[in-house]
Amino acid sequence: MELLIQIIFVLISTLILGAAVMVVRTRNVIHSALWLIASFFGIGALYLLLEAEFLAIAQVLIYVGAISVLILFAIMLTHNVTSGEGHKFYQRWWLALLVSLMLFAVILVPTLVGQDWTITARPSEESAIAGAVEMGTAFMREYLLPFEIAAVLLLVALTGAIVIAYEERAQRRRILTLAQELALRKQQQQNHAEE
Amino acid sequence: MLINYPFIAVFFIASVIFPFIPLIMGYLVAPKRPTEGKKSTYECGLEAIGDIWVQFRVQYYLYAIAFVVFDVEVVFLYPWAVSFGQIGVFALIAMSIFLLILVASLIYDWRKGALEWI
Amino acid sequence: MINAVPLSAVLTIAAALFCIGLFGAMSRRNAVSILMGVELMLNSVNINLVAFWRYLQPDLITGQVFAIFVITVAAAEAAVGLAMVIAIYRSRQTVYIDTVDSMKG
Repeated sequence: MELLIQIIFVLISTLILGAAVMVVRTRNVIHSALWLIASFFGIGALYLLLEAEFLAIAQVLIYVGAISVLILFAIMLTHNVTSGEGHKFYQRWWLALLVSLMLFAVILVPTLVGQDWTITARPSEESAIAGAVEMGTAFMREYLLPFEIAAVLLLVALTGAIVIAYEERAQRRRILTLAQELALRKQQQQNHAEE
Repeated sequence: MLINYPFIAVFFIASVIFPFIPLIMGYLVAPKRPTEGKKSTYECGLEAIGDIWVQFRVQYYLYAIAFVVFDVEVVFLYPWAVSFGQIGVFALIAMSIFLLILVASLIYDWRKGALEWI
Repeated sequence: MINAVPLSAVLTIAAALFCIGLFGAMSRRNAVSILMGVELMLNSVNINLVAFWRYLQPDLITGQVFAIFVITVAAAEAAVGLAMVIAIYRSRQTVYIDTVDSMKG
């Protein structure tokens, strides 16, 4: 049983990390968004393995279901006219790689060495693991204020995003004919070349 | 708790494998005689022009934002619903405030005209 | 899970995910890719919260509640951030962050 769980853990972490690596190194943004969905899904499976069942569902519902749709729509809306040209990374991407690797080392050393992660209060029976019911009572008692503030945050996010992304009707770009589209594209390429 | 999940794992693996069976069958069984005409992109019988990547309308994104916000709301509603019996009237009041704030954003959305499809 | 996998293994996974996300956020030019890197980083924080909850205090709910709030903030951040990307694209026809430099001193 323990061996089985260890195998599942290794598989899930391979999925998470491999998909995350593909997210940052794939050239095509759409493919990178699809790998991101795979990574989110693996994280949901990890929550399930850690027995946070409600969080696993929430992960699938929000990240896999909603945020990835948002990202895909944003990619579709920002079709880069000169896609395929231009670098995906900055010229000094190796500096970012160095910083990330050093940060990983800095985190890893205290995680593995010198810290005694003893499990202090392990509950005896299975039912002592807190779940959705305890979360609901916690939202109504200790976390009532953050709960209401989350609603305000969502209100601000929805209004703010619509204010930023909404175009007035007069300025909205009509659907162009193919000839107009090609002319616009040619003009943009010229602008790009002049820069 | 984890002991309840092997069933789901079996279903999950089966549902991953299942769609591949017809694809592999089609790959193995179907005859393949490609010609130039067969391999060309089909676009209503005309020659295909331009990129496959067309510009989407921003309306899609506005709907997606509203969907995300109310999806997050569901995540808050579920634990509230299952623990409702333990708290009672106070939970009803707290959740009413929560929902009123979110409905305010929906009303703004509506009045702004972001939900209209033009 | 508790007996089979040590806490430090889960923390290592989360740290690796954070660093991959950090690399993506720092090195990509496409604004949407940068936001994807930020999402990966937020997810790694969530893994940490859930792992500490499960291994150290499974009878308290704090870790999961925090993870839910992080998810909420991530959703709000993605909505507003991507709206900004769309607005920038509309006015400048580009999604590459380094070409949006008109405020550079």
